[in-house]
Amino acid sequence: MLRIRSLEAGYGNLRVLRRVSIHVSPGEIVTIIGANGAGKTTLLQTIAGLLRAQAGEILFDKQDVGRHAPEAIAFLGCALVPEGRQLFGPMTVRENLQLGAYVQIRRGRAHEVDHDLGRVFELFPRLKERASQLAGTLSGGEQQMLAIGRALMARPKLIMMDEPSMGLAPLVVKDIFAIIRRLGSEGHTVLLVEQNAKAALRIANRGYVLENGRILLEQTAEDLLANRDVQRAYLGRDLDSETELDGMRR
Amino acid sequence: MARRRNLPIVVLALAVIAVHLASAAAGKPQYLTQLTMAGYYSLVIVGLTLLMGYTGQISLGHAGFFAIGGYTSGLLTTYNLQGGGAFLSLLRATGLLIAGKDLYGGDLLVMRPWAACLIALAVTVGIAYLVGKPVLKLRGHYLAMATLGFGTIVYKVVLGSSLVGAADGISDIPAFPLFAGLAVTGKSALRVQNYYLAWGLVLGAMALLTNLIHSRVGRALRAIHGAEDAANAMGVDTARYKLHMFVLSAALAALGGVFLTHYNGGIGPSEASIMKSVRYVAIVAVGGMANLWGALIMGVLLNFLSLRGSFGSYDDAVFGLILLAIMLFAPDGLLRVEMVRRLPGLGRLRGRAP
Repeated sequence: MLRIRSLEAGYGNLRVLRRVSIHVSPGEIVTIIGANGAGKTTLLQTIAGLLRAQAGEILFDKQDVGRHAPEAIAFLGCALVPEGRQLFGPMTVRENLQLGAYVQIRRGRAHEVDHDLGRVFELFPRLKERASQLAGTLSGGEQQMLAIGRALMARPKLIMMDEPSMGLAPLVVKDIFAIIRRLGSEGHTVLLVEQNAKAALRIANRGYVLENGRILLEQTAEDLLANRDVQRAYLGRDLDSETELDGMRR
Repeated sequence: MARRRNLPIVVLALAVIAVHLASAAAGKPQYLTQLTMAGYYSLVIVGLTLLMGYTGQISLGHAGFFAIGGYTSGLLTTYNLQGGGAFLSLLRATGLLIAGKDLYGGDLLVMRPWAACLIALAVTVGIAYLVGKPVLKLRGHYLAMATLGFGTIVYKVVLGSSLVGAADGISDIPAFPLFAGLAVTGKSALRVQNYYLAWGLVLGAMALLTNLIHSRVGRALRAIHGAEDAANAMGVDTARYKLHMFVLSAALAALGGVFLTHYNGGIGPSEASIMKSVRYVAIVAVGGMANLWGALIMGVLLNFLSLRGSFGSYDDAVFGLILLAIMLFAPDGLLRVEMVRRLPGLGRLRGRAP
């Protein structure tokens, strides 16, 4: 589905990503975990075409899309749920979703849009209730649902999600991750970028650790969850002190 | 839906007729002259509303496009093409030229107004395309500054070149005959006809633009306005849309420029000045940004007052003050769609639009 080789990208003279190579197979949920500033958002923006790759290769569905414009990449079936949602605030929920189907109309599949709208509403009943409300007036969790729904409207082959848990209450985060897990079980391919590494690894099949623009580690999600270094650096879990804490609680 | 959309167009058409009747009844037919001129300025304003309010791209150079249209048409219909040369004989053979007499009875051979008008529009579209393509990659303040630079260049060029009369501008621009009995001219015998012509063009532009903003294109434009990168990642060709809207709004400005120039029989560099561009931006802002009807109403009102001389020598200062006050106290404009929606009976419109 997606194969990236030795990708280098950044802003102007600043190189953020260095020789990044990852791949995502159909039906997989792959997560990229890493600290703030590791280059996670840069990676997704480069794949989406919003940033130009400085070197390396991005193969999407066996096509080299490294020099494609964002709209062309979207047309091929790569959808982005951007960091901070980036909804069309002054438009209604329904209009936001219809805009998500923009490439479907360009593909000559306008007749599928109504059906897809129903599917998104079934997945997110809250959005249906608020269909004619302006997107800017939704709560954070609802906005994130709308951002995901908007991406689904394009019938993407790959959904890339940038920090879907950002700024959300823990209970809402749980809902969002449950949705992503459900999308995976329905056969969607997801590339998930998250600071909330623990939650991301729990629903992912495979994960990469990105640090200072380099891929440090690639393992199955279970292995990464069990990896002591990963636990210490990203899961906020220090086993030694945790046992101490446990002892104190008792 | 379509009927509700066309209703304001019908209301506008009726208002145009009502204003004519009222001015005739009040014995003030001269008001129609300023209203005709205000109508042509309204073409600039509704085009700029599409660009600024709906697409979210500012332009401080639209007076430049207005002037390019007016000056091109004015120059071509006054520049004497008497003489030899293969190119001129070829031009003569096409029938695009027309003979006439100048003020002193000398022979004059100039371009026919309709050909000059088409060339003026084509030139403007070409320039808008060439300017817009690189400039629209910029955002926010940078775009404002770049378009300001463009406007300054146009102003300085028309002010400095003797070909277009430098500080005096072009005068004695002939009438623009459209069809039997109707010509774009300031002659008082054709005042009423010209009033209807100008407002017919405004009606046409409004019909075009209201349909555009309610189509899939309009949704894409509002998405670009809301979150440009997200729209782009959604498959919207943001660069193309922005360029097309820039060119369309420039063409509307040029159309207003061409017609007003023939109506007035002249054009001067003040039409290209930065203060004119600021005035257009101020009117779009006071009209509610993403509100074509608001911009049209405020445009007619303010331009009419300005043309009647109500602001005296503080004309430009008034528009500067309006812009300042709007940005400080009502950044969403004075005429907002929400206010219309709050009117009784229109409650069901809630949730729709800009």
